[in-house]
Amino acid sequence: MIQAIHLVKSFGSQQVIKDVSLTFETGKTNLIIGRSGSGKTVMLKMLVGLIKPDSGKIMYDGEDFYSLDKKELQALRMRVGMLFQGSALFDSMTVEENVRYPMDMFTHQTKAEKQKRVDYCLERVGLTGSNKKFPSEVSGGMQKRVGIARAIVLNPSYLFCDEPNSGLDPKTALLIDELIHDITHENNITTIINTHDMNSVMEIGETVSFLNNGMLAWRGSKNEVLKSDNEDLHDFIFASPFLQKLLDQAQLS
Amino acid sequence: MGILEDLGRYILLIKHALVRPPNWTMYGRELVRQMYDIGNGSLLIVGLIAIFIGAVTAIQFLYQIDGTMIPNWYIGYIVRDSTIIELAPTITCLVLAGKVGSNMASELGGMRQKEHIDAMEVMGVNTPSYLILPKICAAMVVIPFLVNVSAFISIIGGYFASVMGGFINSEEYVRGLRAFFVVANLRMMVVKAVVFSFILTSVACYQGYFVKGGSIELGKASTKAVVVSNILILVFDYLIALLFTT
Repeated sequence: MIQAIHLVKSFGSQQVIKDVSLTFETGKTNLIIGRSGSGKTVMLKMLVGLIKPDSGKIMYDGEDFYSLDKKELQALRMRVGMLFQGSALFDSMTVEENVRYPMDMFTHQTKAEKQKRVDYCLERVGLTGSNKKFPSEVSGGMQKRVGIARAIVLNPSYLFCDEPNSGLDPKTALLIDELIHDITHENNITTIINTHDMNSVMEIGETVSFLNNGMLAWRGSKNEVLKSDNEDLHDFIFASPFLQKLLDQAQLS
Repeated sequence: MGILEDLGRYILLIKHALVRPPNWTMYGRELVRQMYDIGNGSLLIVGLIAIFIGAVTAIQFLYQIDGTMIPNWYIGYIVRDSTIIELAPTITCLVLAGKVGSNMASELGGMRQKEHIDAMEVMGVNTPSYLILPKICAAMVVIPFLVNVSAFISIIGGYFASVMGGFINSEEYVRGLRAFFVVANLRMMVVKAVVFSFILTSVACYQGYFVKGGSIELGKASTKAVVVSNILILVFDYLIALLFTT
């Protein structure tokens, strides 16, 4: 479980996160949704330690992230996996080398052990046979899957995904969502996903937190999203005229 | 951002970079890759420039001593010492600041923009150390070697210009090369090469590591890396000269 307690963050005079407290449950896909500029990415980067909050605490299973010493922090880092919006794969390395990179860096396993784990992870994300390709030789969806394979290679307890569906077609996006959801449940991972994709919310949003103007505006599950009477959330969900039309038709019928 | 803030961030970055590597295999691999990247292609450029440095020094000195009491064999002596003391380390490093420094700034800046550095940070990699330390170490090995090669080729360039050009004979040039040789000058050349290579890599890495924004900012960082390291190389050139000669 990850807890964000009274987080505040400002850049210059602009406060982008305004006293947000959130709990992300273990073994569930926890979604953070909101419009562009609502503070989602800053929130995720604070949770993962890339941006330090001005005040507040981040607790990983009861351990305060910012009070850990260097050794404890390193141990915690090895239990964290992250999928970046642009996949962040190293261009000069093959798919296999990208996935193996955290193992090369932090483990003392034999070559055969590493290879076995890499092969398993690539098979798990459906990329068997792509080992020797370079990131530039695979599609955007495949790059996301390589990113997921790299994120899970060290058996993480916490998985962070920043806009995992951005730039993907709806079908590939659905596959990525299902993959993240399945991996979360298979390994009992605390997964936090940053998204503004409503399909993801309705597919895998076991807990959904809606950020608006840097504040937590609503919290619930995918089943409660459509029933919510929160106006900001309603505006966000039905920003698409197509969806608004469907809603109107449903209300009429 | 003020100069003091830049200086503070630079010192902190270098402090984080200069630590004991936690994984010698990965760092060793990166070191070899960096040595190859720095050396590959640089040797040709350095060689070409060195030939002309030696040739021009010889020709200009011939012009200077024409009609004076200074004997012709002094040309070998002047080419040798001006090359070793000043021209080989300084000009080679100024050129390499453009070639290697801008390349490093672009590489790190690109990694910052593509979130590669963030990805490493999340994994727990000490990115200043893993990304910068091998570059600095590689430069401090390869660049002094290139400077030595440059000095050697430059002296040959002087020979070609003065002897093959028919201004003096071979014996005179060699006599000059062997006259008044001071070993400390070689030491100064190596010290300059090591200090300049540290400057050009660390400044370039600093500019690239903290890039914010898009391709325009990346281009600016790359340019700034070259300009700042060139200025610092010349400042330290003066300071080292002062230290070794007074």
